[in-house]
Amino acid sequence: MTDNKKDSDKKIDEFSGVETTGHDWDGIEELNNPMPRWWLWIFYITIIWSIGFWVVYPAWPTISGNTKGMFGYTQAKALKKSQEEITARQKIYLDRFEKASFEEILKDDELYAFAMAGGKAFFKDNCATCHGTGADGAKGYPNLNDDDWLWGGTLPAIYETIKYGARSDHDDTRIGDMPAFGVDEMLEPEEIESVADYVLSLSGSNEHKVDVTKGQVIFAEQCAMCHGEDARGSYDFGAPNLADKIWLYGGSSEDVIESIYNGRAGTMPAWEGRLDENTIRELSIYLHQLGGGQ
Amino acid sequence: MSNEDPIKLFVKQEKIYPKSVSGRYRRLKWIVILVTLSIYYLTPFLRWNRGENAPDQAVLIDLVNAKAYFFWIEIWPQEVYILTGVLILAAITMFIATSLFGRIWCGYLCFQTVWCDLFVWVERVIQGDRNARKKLHEGKWTFNKISKILITHIIWLIIGFLTAGAFVLYFNDAPTLIHNMLQFDVSETVLIFVASLTISTYVMAGFAKEQVCAHMCPYARFQSAMFDRDTLIIGYDERRGEARGKHKRGDSWEGRGACIDCSACVQVCPVGIDIRNGLQMECIACGLCIDACNNIMDKVDLPRGLIRYDTVNHMESAVKGGHEKFNILRIRTIYYALILAIVGGSLIFALANRTLLELHVLHDRNPLFVQLSSGEIRNGYTIKILNKTHENRIYKLSVSGIDGAQIEVKSAGDVNADNLYVAADSVGTYHIFISADVSPSNSRDIMFNLVDSTEKFSSDYKSIFISKKGR
Repeated sequence: MTDNKKDSDKKIDEFSGVETTGHDWDGIEELNNPMPRWWLWIFYITIIWSIGFWVVYPAWPTISGNTKGMFGYTQAKALKKSQEEITARQKIYLDRFEKASFEEILKDDELYAFAMAGGKAFFKDNCATCHGTGADGAKGYPNLNDDDWLWGGTLPAIYETIKYGARSDHDDTRIGDMPAFGVDEMLEPEEIESVADYVLSLSGSNEHKVDVTKGQVIFAEQCAMCHGEDARGSYDFGAPNLADKIWLYGGSSEDVIESIYNGRAGTMPAWEGRLDENTIRELSIYLHQLGGGQ
Repeated sequence: MSNEDPIKLFVKQEKIYPKSVSGRYRRLKWIVILVTLSIYYLTPFLRWNRGENAPDQAVLIDLVNAKAYFFWIEIWPQEVYILTGVLILAAITMFIATSLFGRIWCGYLCFQTVWCDLFVWVERVIQGDRNARKKLHEGKWTFNKISKILITHIIWLIIGFLTAGAFVLYFNDAPTLIHNMLQFDVSETVLIFVASLTISTYVMAGFAKEQVCAHMCPYARFQSAMFDRDTLIIGYDERRGEARGKHKRGDSWEGRGACIDCSACVQVCPVGIDIRNGLQMECIACGLCIDACNNIMDKVDLPRGLIRYDTVNHMESAVKGGHEKFNILRIRTIYYALILAIVGGSLIFALANRTLLELHVLHDRNPLFVQLSSGEIRNGYTIKILNKTHENRIYKLSVSGIDGAQIEVKSAGDVNADNLYVAADSVGTYHIFISADVSPSNSRDIMFNLVDSTEKFSSDYKSIFISKKGR
């Protein structure tokens, strides 16, 4: 605080009687007022306090590592501990959840809430990329809120689709092929147009505009195998219901013609191995309860 | 200016040793202290029967369950505006009281004043009156001084602890908490509150004292906005008092004022001012200087009231020989009274119309709507049912405004719109779907209606039903 200047070197400000620093700016001199006592004391106490930190926590680097502190604290350990605590808290419910069947979970308030909360979080982490954060899908990515399902909307069916995927690299994957009728020259362009007209008429889109008998014949020959005689689709092949109001790839005439011409083969990865059994089950319940579960 | 006499930028605060005094206002202050402290300490023990499912403490702020109880009034967090209304009411009441009677809140009712009085009283009992205290504090650190000061501070801490201990009773069931305290079985929260309030009472009433009023309290600063020349203040009657001077028994009073310059009014002042210098910011209008001066006037056989509660207008009209009446009806007091009536009326209206059932409906944000395979449109909503009764209830939900709307409840177990269960004094949350065969439109109004199974309570909520993407 004080330097070794002799008293005679000290410059005292005449007006206030306070020593100056000797700095002079155009005749204005800086006073050397001492720091307030309370400020200094707090400063000294913090210095002493910091020594406590060196003793208790890891602090100084050494050649081979660092000082470890009294209790061997590290942030990595603290994180692990808090994760273990969270896992332990979850385990109470997870153990019950693991043993319970889908039916039992749907009847149990706590397990239901647990599954919905978990499913919501896992959905946003893993599924939202394609299906959207609200699970309302996009062109080519099914809306999971509605009651229209490609591979079935019962809990076991949803579970199986998530686990094995659709047209994925898993051995048990859901599979079904929509041929490219136009590209592979299975149908003439005019025939494709007639089929499209017929298909659109089923859901009432252009019923009274065109004659659909021609398309109906082609449909019965080429499409009914997978989509069914009544065009209501089949969960076995992932063949969409063509008689409802929901169009995965768009419901305009151009969209339908494009689907028939080029074929369609949307894929979904198999989640077995990436997500554990409980997570897949939580997701199944979450999706089932979004509104369309059967 | 020489080096020996540098200018000082700060004046060191002088310690105040208020002298004890007896008289009308001192007696009034003791009564007020007794009454306010009794209210403070006894209120948590008052009981109020609310039935099985609710606490029976008359005044209770239940932070854990987010409820506040005041006798027959119950407040949920949604009704916090009632608390706001009460605070506005309290503020306006204080404004009107201040513009009429000056700082009577500061002088008599404020907790800072009450506790300071209590602390100074302890000091006086242990260490003696003004002169003895001053001598003790300025003297050497003898055993006598140490023991007296130590005892004072221990008693102060005990008072602080009792203050803090009573405060937490308002937030817990009082008898249970006291029982637990006696067994040293209390939560961390209670401990932290008791400790911090003990310390703050000890520091504020023991050390900061009048500094709180002069430098910390915002009310002390803005009270001048409520003052006018008809406000009751403590005034020194200069006309009668000056010229002041010492007076010996038997001397003539001719050609001099009634003030004998005994400084009794200064010695008793808890904020350390000389009232003879006129109204000052520090004056809390406690009236102790009036008592002190009246006692002196009695001794010298002069009429009382050299220092008295009076208004500026009244004093000045007396100088002119007139006798102006106390002017209570002023624009200021009339509009304060008007605001008071409006706020009070709204508050009574709000309390009288408080419902025991509330329905809130939140439309799902993502997705806004879903088209079903049949072409029907489905909207999702989260409904919250506030059951403010003390009984478990079952509610029935219906909607109107959309033809053929179907309600579906998504929940664990078999729950439908006719049997929505909500436990007593709690909020029930359900996710529901409304489906209807409607043509696309941006949004249309939909009305939700909730009735309880006894049909005693019902609540409506207007929401929207969306069936079209985009703007």
